[in-house]
Amino acid sequence: MSDKQRKVVVPGEVIFEGEEYLPGEGTEKKDNKIISLKYGLAEESNNLVKVIALSGVYEPRRGNVVIGTVELLTFNGWVINIGTAQNGFLSLVEVPRYVNKDGLEEVMDIKDMVVAKITSSNKRGIDLTIKGRGLGKIEEGIVFDVNSHKVPRIIGKEGSMIKLIKEETGCNITVGQNGKILVKGDKIENEILAREAIEFITEKSFVSGLTDEVAKWFKERKK
Amino acid sequence: MNEENFTPKITGDRIKAYLEEGKRFDGRTPDQFREIKIEKDISKKAEGSVRVKLGKSEVLVGVKMKVVEPYADSPDEGVLMTTADLLPISSERFESGPPKFPAIELGRVIDRGLRESGFIDFKKLCIKEGEKVWNIFVDIYSLNEDGNLLDAGMLGAIIALKSARIPHYDIEEDKIDYEKEATEKIPLSEPPISITVHKLGDNFLVDPTREEEDVSDARITFGISGEIISSVQKGESGSIDLEKMKEAIDLAEKVSKNVRKEIEKYLD
Amino acid sequence: MVQGEKKMSEFKRPDGRKNDELRPIEAKVGIIPNADGSAMYRSGDTVAIAAVYGPKKMHPQHQQDPSKGKLRCTYNMLSFSVSDRIRPGLNRRSTEIGKITEWALDPVLDLSKFPNMVVDVHIHITQADAGTRCAGINAASMALAQAGLPMKDLVTSVAMGKLDRTIVVDLTKEEEDWEEGEGPTDIPLSMTKDGKITHLQLDGKISPSQLKEAIDLSRKACAEVYEIQKKALKEAIEKNE
Repeated sequence: MSDKQRKVVVPGEVIFEGEEYLPGEGTEKKDNKIISLKYGLAEESNNLVKVIALSGVYEPRRGNVVIGTVELLTFNGWVINIGTAQNGFLSLVEVPRYVNKDGLEEVMDIKDMVVAKITSSNKRGIDLTIKGRGLGKIEEGIVFDVNSHKVPRIIGKEGSMIKLIKEETGCNITVGQNGKILVKGDKIENEILAREAIEFITEKSFVSGLTDEVAKWFKERKK
Repeated sequence: MNEENFTPKITGDRIKAYLEEGKRFDGRTPDQFREIKIEKDISKKAEGSVRVKLGKSEVLVGVKMKVVEPYADSPDEGVLMTTADLLPISSERFESGPPKFPAIELGRVIDRGLRESGFIDFKKLCIKEGEKVWNIFVDIYSLNEDGNLLDAGMLGAIIALKSARIPHYDIEEDKIDYEKEATEKIPLSEPPISITVHKLGDNFLVDPTREEEDVSDARITFGISGEIISSVQKGESGSIDLEKMKEAIDLAEKVSKNVRKEIEKYLD
Repeated sequence: MVQGEKKMSEFKRPDGRKNDELRPIEAKVGIIPNADGSAMYRSGDTVAIAAVYGPKKMHPQHQQDPSKGKLRCTYNMLSFSVSDRIRPGLNRRSTEIGKITEWALDPVLDLSKFPNMVVDVHIHITQADAGTRCAGINAASMALAQAGLPMKDLVTSVAMGKLDRTIVVDLTKEEEDWEEGEGPTDIPLSMTKDGKITHLQLDGKISPSQLKEAIDLSRKACAEVYEIQKKALKEAIEKNE
């Protein structure tokens, strides 16, 4: 991150001026000026300028792992609330074992929570699957919310941050791209510690060298 | 109400299991309040006003006064009106429009606490018997919701009343002159402290966060001034065993003393 | 015109401000933890707070627009924000200002990516000394930006006025009650940084040429407010760095 130039910009702000710059995500080019279309951090690399939002709602994308709550049972699957305006749908054929149409609630009932993957997201709806490693009904643990735009920081470069938290707390952690996080450990103390570490990251998400900061934070906490 | 972000059941199970060990997620003991932060005089146009923060919960309370005709059954007493509004600004769960039940209940329970405790000397708020008395309005607004708005609202109400100054009333002109400096205080005595005890599983706690309040089975609010309980409201459908209820009373009494001490410096 | 200028030199504002001088301004972003975006804007003794929730599913459903998301603004004054207590709840005035605010802000927002959804903006005045709708729009504009919504620009608002014959910026309540000469004219307006007017209202008596003068003068005032909005937004992130 430090090799790139980053600055905070507001909507309508001119970020760069000059023919050489190209407008990327969250920007537009007008009269040779790159203008921000969002509040966030502007980054430039190889003349491509983009603005990364630090806040805002979750936008579902194919391939995302998300955490949701069963809102409704239909004749052929489950309607899952994943915190988006449109609910997700998990068809019974997307469950990795045979499910009797009359026994849907035995697999998952209303208010149960689930880790699922988005297989498609378009105007017609969001389709989910729980076929795959780490997916399926959540049996226990703590689930809590963070802003979905902080998720990349929680995971860290090549998963370095989440690995650190897992090692320090001994917890299993599932980070839903929709900003819902599941932590599960041997002791509630450890789950709370993991949660607090994640909340620390969301507050400090603009700091560079955050992984070191978090390691330091753990040291302080364990004294 | 928007049910989207209610605390998940599995998180609730953890909260209850941890409370079974006498512990809470934020490190508090079950009988411990969050940090109380008070900022007085947040609106120059109010006779008294205050911002109360209980952890991340935040309320604004203002006191306004007006001269009105007394009620026929109490011709020599001032009048109190307490309202509460759970503003949609403070939570995605609150909607615009006329107050819903939680806001109505909050206002009513605080009103009873203020009234029944004898905190306000209504007789001294009489200007001319049978004709003119002071009407005190206490208006409570939520600004950010993270549990226990009721106890926060009561703290705001008593501190706003304590800091209020009665405006200058011109009896000849029959109107309030806001240009003249108001110096006189509202006649008050020992303030009521509101303590809401929540039952989660078999255990009690006070001053819940949103997460804890979401998984509460029952709650009971006590208005306590000094040694006297002068208002009670049990809420939610869960029941409390008779012996457990006595425990709740002891807990509320103990916590009210701590909270009273905490806010002492704001009451002058 | 020469005569007008002479008049102007004799004219004095009650609080001693210059005719083109705004009241002291304070702005803060991120004041309500639960909200997707929030801000406070203070101009003198007028204080507005705003919070944004959304985009989220539009209820009631019949108001959903399948082609784009909708902006929905509410404006209200706290009961104790003025000398004579206001009954809590919406009234005709607050309903109108809510809609005016919506129109003022909508042109800079791009909600095309959020069909059937709504963005709620709630504005409350905690202390009022005139110019409350303008303060509300300024706060809401910052809150919308903080909510991370696609936005072309910030909207900036200022209450222009004419006291007797003199054009001034940012009227106070005392000035709104001006009794001398031609009395008071209140001209709240809002615009984008590049001068697109998104809101204009007027109460009073003014000649077309003076209204144009007021509009011209508002540009500078809005530019000052814009810098404060921008600074508050930047500080909200930088303080964490």
